[in-house]
Amino acid sequence: MKVLMLGWEFPPHISGGLGTACHGLTRGLSQQGVDVVFVVPRARGDEDARHLAEIVGANQVEVGGAEAAPGANARLVEEEWDPELGPEGDERAWRVRRSLELVAIDSLLTPYLTPAGYEDRLREHAERVEALAGPGRRVRARIVPLDAPAAPVPASAQGPRRVLEFSGSYGRDLMAEVGRYAASVAEIARTREHDVVHAHDWMAVPAGLAAARASNKPLVLHVHACEYDRSGESVNPQVRELERLGMEGADRVVCVSHYTARVVRTRYGIDPAKIRVVHNGLDGDPRRGARAQAKAIPEPIVLFLGRVTFQKGPDYFLETAARVVKVEPRVKFVMSGSGDMLPAMIERAARLGLSRHVHFTGFLRGKEVERMYSMADIYVMPSVSEPFGISPLEAMAQDVPVVLSRQSGVSEVLKNALKVDFWDVQETANKILALLRYPALSRTLRDEGREEVRRMGWERPAELVRGVYEELAGVPS
Amino acid sequence: MTAVSFYFQVHQPFRLRRYTFFDIGASEHYFDDPENERIVKRVAQKSYIPMNTLVRQLVEETKGDFRCSYSVSGAAIRQMQLWAPEALDSFKALADTGAVEFLCETSHHSLASLADLDEFRAQVEEQRALVHEVFGHDPVVFRNTELVIDARIARAVEELGFRALLGEGADHLLGWRSPHHVYRPEGCEKLKLLLRSYAFSDDIAFRFSNRGWHEWPLTAEKFGSWVGGVDEDDAFVGLYMDYETFGEHQWEDTGIFDFMRALPQVLLSNPRLSFATPGEVALRHDPVSRLSIPRPVSWADAERDMTAWLGNPMQRSAQEALYAALPAARELARRGEPAWLETWRRLSTSDHLYYMCTKWFSDGDVHKYFSPYASPHDAFITFMNVLDDFARRSTAALEASRPLQAPRRLDASAAPTPEPSQNP
Repeated sequence: MKVLMLGWEFPPHISGGLGTACHGLTRGLSQQGVDVVFVVPRARGDEDARHLAEIVGANQVEVGGAEAAPGANARLVEEEWDPELGPEGDERAWRVRRSLELVAIDSLLTPYLTPAGYEDRLREHAERVEALAGPGRRVRARIVPLDAPAAPVPASAQGPRRVLEFSGSYGRDLMAEVGRYAASVAEIARTREHDVVHAHDWMAVPAGLAAARASNKPLVLHVHACEYDRSGESVNPQVRELERLGMEGADRVVCVSHYTARVVRTRYGIDPAKIRVVHNGLDGDPRRGARAQAKAIPEPIVLFLGRVTFQKGPDYFLETAARVVKVEPRVKFVMSGSGDMLPAMIERAARLGLSRHVHFTGFLRGKEVERMYSMADIYVMPSVSEPFGISPLEAMAQDVPVVLSRQSGVSEVLKNALKVDFWDVQETANKILALLRYPALSRTLRDEGREEVRRMGWERPAELVRGVYEELAGVPS
Repeated sequence: MTAVSFYFQVHQPFRLRRYTFFDIGASEHYFDDPENERIVKRVAQKSYIPMNTLVRQLVEETKGDFRCSYSVSGAAIRQMQLWAPEALDSFKALADTGAVEFLCETSHHSLASLADLDEFRAQVEEQRALVHEVFGHDPVVFRNTELVIDARIARAVEELGFRALLGEGADHLLGWRSPHHVYRPEGCEKLKLLLRSYAFSDDIAFRFSNRGWHEWPLTAEKFGSWVGGVDEDDAFVGLYMDYETFGEHQWEDTGIFDFMRALPQVLLSNPRLSFATPGEVALRHDPVSRLSIPRPVSWADAERDMTAWLGNPMQRSAQEALYAALPAARELARRGEPAWLETWRRLSTSDHLYYMCTKWFSDGDVHKYFSPYASPHDAFITFMNVLDDFARRSTAALEASRPLQAPRRLDASAAPTPEPSQNP
């Protein structure tokens, strides 16, 4: 079984759980005898990819010139005037800057438009390109009917195969990069043998669709998070639309939890028959013994560790803190991480009179994260919407008892954890106080949690994913 | 002649309401009355009343050849008095048939036998009086909570004047020996031990409705042929099970009532078989040998030990905290405020500890027990919060009543020990 897998990040270059999950999954798959070619936007060469058949950077691939997306009856040529080649009036002084296929995905992100709609969008794009050319540069965009391939681009300008640029990050240019990624991946799909295309999250949706189209192989879309998780009701419509297209275009949608499967079903209207739930595992060997590190302060520490964003529920953490310190003023609440809500949280803590009880560490990395876990007595994950949420498993691996939101995928599989509805701050406070007051509770959670986390590797999830591949490839499992 | 000896356990705990840390010191309302009422009414309708009606018919139709026994916990009796008096009446009607024996247990279905023998004796005496008052019976056979027995408990039960004690016919207790004989616990002089035949009991209590079982569906004829196949000199076959087996654990549509309706005739048609209550079995048979019971044995799970109640640190610390709160409650009762002790005893019911059991986490879901909690940890938190409040209040009440009394020791030995009563 050979899989072309598309993901935006791969360790060690990660910004969230996605890269970690991809690493764990591919390791598990390789143990299952599945060959994985993994395409990231930008390969840096230090990826932990020994278990992969190959890791490819989209930035390493030459993308051909003009080639239209199926369904399109026109294409767009973006050209730039090069003064060294001649005057502006000379057609030969215009160099083709971008290929058609690339433009289609880059600007539109909707590869399945009707041909007429496609043409409309191309026209809009052409206008935008001209408007955005910038001072000192002359750029033009032209729509060329597909049945007239020769004119008006001279053959000399048609051909240069080129490598596209990628930052591999989540910058301002993300949408454009998502499109360029798709172009490169389509190229890769033509040259690498595979039975299934497996794309992770919306950034890989255009690429997944393009690859499956190029190789005529089935597509698996793996949903680690939806736009509704990230943004609540104020979704980015472009991202949402990409997600929907991916889910509809895919032959199977793998969700990281029943929680996410429900969102996929109800918010995107996807047929339950093609949804499969595969819970994440914990990658690598759970770190052990970090607990031996001495705590610097004697007071009990209750920890929040994650992005300080709407999705993670940092405000509920503070409301809980306010209730706990009324009863147990010695307790310290630590909020580790950064994010758009951090300034508001600092102000909120002050308003709640919690400044002496709540500490903000900012963003922690590597060893600092481990150190922070090892200092904590209780880990709280009050997420408003968490498709999976690996951090409670990391805390448990460090012997820290956890209180976690029921609105999370991980709460579906985790038994040795205290579960609360994220909005029920009174109940969260009740559980934290019980952990502080009744040591037998922490002891039971620690003892049995350690064992539970040890069993939560990627073996079983990888087996389930392989089952999905076999289902699609028609291999009896 | 081998006697088929049925014993049915009837019990309902006083479940706790959602009681958080913030209720401590603010509310002395611990129990979930609406939920307890709802459950006892439901079980009465689905199980107790229809099954009692059936048993009464069977006794009448067989002119008393069909006989069986019950143990109804004091907590269950209290709940039926409060919320399902017609169910209690139907038990009383069974008592009047003369073919039904009522056993004794601890009044509050507690594990006091493991923690505090004085409290154990007190709860046994309370239950003995209650059974007499409600059913007009003086029980001669004792069954401990969850069938827990060990050498110490057996001696205490003997001293309390009982003729026989029920226990689990666990493999590790019996070894090669058969559960179908009467034994004597080591260290006892008169007490007889009547063990449960778990294979036959669980055919009815657990496997009956299991469609994956290769013997499904179980008919009275099939079961009758199995029981009829025991050794000729076997004294009895102990079929001990929860009464909710009928209509609650196994719903009516599984055919469980039809099975029981047919069973007595089938068994009685075999001249080698008869029915007898545990008290009758103990009168007719002498022990074949002594049995050593060094460690507690229960009827729970594959382990047949105490791990379902005291297996994890939460359970052990809850039990510890519970018994630490006993002296104050006991002393308040002695000073004329019995409500404190009654509340404490409702907390001593073993179900509260059972809800905290985590061992089924690794077993998968063998242990699907009705728990009012989302998780064992929630059960522990609620219980400890309640106990914290109870300990504060009872200690304060004791302080307040102190001027009336000379200072007393509050440890267990200071409590009045009931005299061992004579065999009724």
